[in-house]
Amino acid sequence: MSEEDDFDLNELDDKELVEQIQDDLYDGLDAEVTEGTEILLSRGWDANDVLGEALVAGMKIVGVDFRDGILFVPEVLKCAGAMKGGMGILRPILAESAEDTSLGKFVIGTVKGDIHDIGKNLVAMMCEGAGFEVINLGINNPVENYLEAIDEHEPVIVGMSALLTTTMPYMGVVVEEMEKRGLRKDVHIMCGGAPLNQEFADSIGVPAYGRDAARSSEMAEEYVRGLDKKRGHR
Amino acid sequence: MFVAWIKSVVIDKENSDKSKKRLVLGCGALVYDLLSLIKQNPLLSDKVNLQCLPASWHNTPQLIAPGIEEYLSENAHLYEDVYIAYADCGTGGSLDRVIEKYGAKRIEGAHCYEFFAGKDVFEKLSEEELGTFYLTDYLVKNFNRIMIKGLGLDKNPELFEVYFEHYKKLVYLAQTENEQWQKDAQKYAKDFGFDYEYRFVGTGNLDSVFEDIDIETLEIKR
Repeated sequence: MSEEDDFDLNELDDKELVEQIQDDLYDGLDAEVTEGTEILLSRGWDANDVLGEALVAGMKIVGVDFRDGILFVPEVLKCAGAMKGGMGILRPILAESAEDTSLGKFVIGTVKGDIHDIGKNLVAMMCEGAGFEVINLGINNPVENYLEAIDEHEPVIVGMSALLTTTMPYMGVVVEEMEKRGLRKDVHIMCGGAPLNQEFADSIGVPAYGRDAARSSEMAEEYVRGLDKKRGHR
Repeated sequence: MFVAWIKSVVIDKENSDKSKKRLVLGCGALVYDLLSLIKQNPLLSDKVNLQCLPASWHNTPQLIAPGIEEYLSENAHLYEDVYIAYADCGTGGSLDRVIEKYGAKRIEGAHCYEFFAGKDVFEKLSEEELGTFYLTDYLVKNFNRIMIKGLGLDKNPELFEVYFEHYKKLVYLAQTENEQWQKDAQKYAKDFGFDYEYRFVGTGNLDSVFEDIDIETLEIKR
């Protein structure tokens, strides 16, 4: 940013500031996003609103432009870094909040044989932003890790990620084991990763394929909201 | 438009009847290896027309299948048959769908590391250290452009941890024996803080793109 473009974020009204945070997030400006987040909080904004209206909404724009080939991985990672800055401010406030706005627990991990986790971490971050309590299992997870995490955390959703065509079939092993143990009625399964598509997800019996981080978190949220609706109608 | 980025590698100077030729449409990262195979068997140049797509798609595999489809939609009908000098290369089956549509073939395997090294060797390397980062001749020669600039590490060195957090070793799968490239690869491993291993594997199964071509002196050296 040139000196001429430099301005005080405090001078912006709320609407302008939210838009500015989204722009700064798009440009991967960590310090500016953090500052904008702090200003909104100082104006009495609820942390959930800052998260949803400024950060998550901004990352959704990033997600769309990544999908459309306008942004590439390095830019998206910069955006994610900027979002982390804002999340760092909001997380402790949200954790202390008396109001339980959690959408439930989301267990996510890269499958066995695969050490790629950039996309998986973006999904984890977006889901956390959407209101899930995310349990990130990391990389190279055998089926046992998923099963242990399900036992321990009782998640509403389990997400699996893979970057390699050679490792994505392992997702089928996890699905099969969950089926055998009767876990599928209580736990929704999602999958994602660059080489995957809906056809593959269908072939291993996974109902939800997330084509990118933004869409994955939307789908997770839609699933939980749908569940709540069903329960409400009973 | 992807076509504007396609490099034409003319090996048939008279541009003779394409209908009797095989189109080999390959990754730009393989062009020197493909040309070296043709050099070993000059008669292949009468039977093959080689076209290459941008090697930079190594970092954006989502562009590969649409790029190949666009080229084939305009050119496949001009040739007797089509061989795609790619493996799956992170396309997750979308390349195979294009290949099936045009009745073409591709090199078996998940990526060039696998078809250069051979399936068994590659599996062994992966088993020994899952966090292995592979380089080929092309990637060593173009390391700064493809790996450093291509991943945005020149402008955002802080992304290094994000990309390479789980990697521990660099294996250079060499197609040719070149001392300078070996030194370069070793330096890259050192710079990244990885263990280093050099393996001369040659062009591996790349010569499958010339399979079933009927010439008298086809003796491809592996």
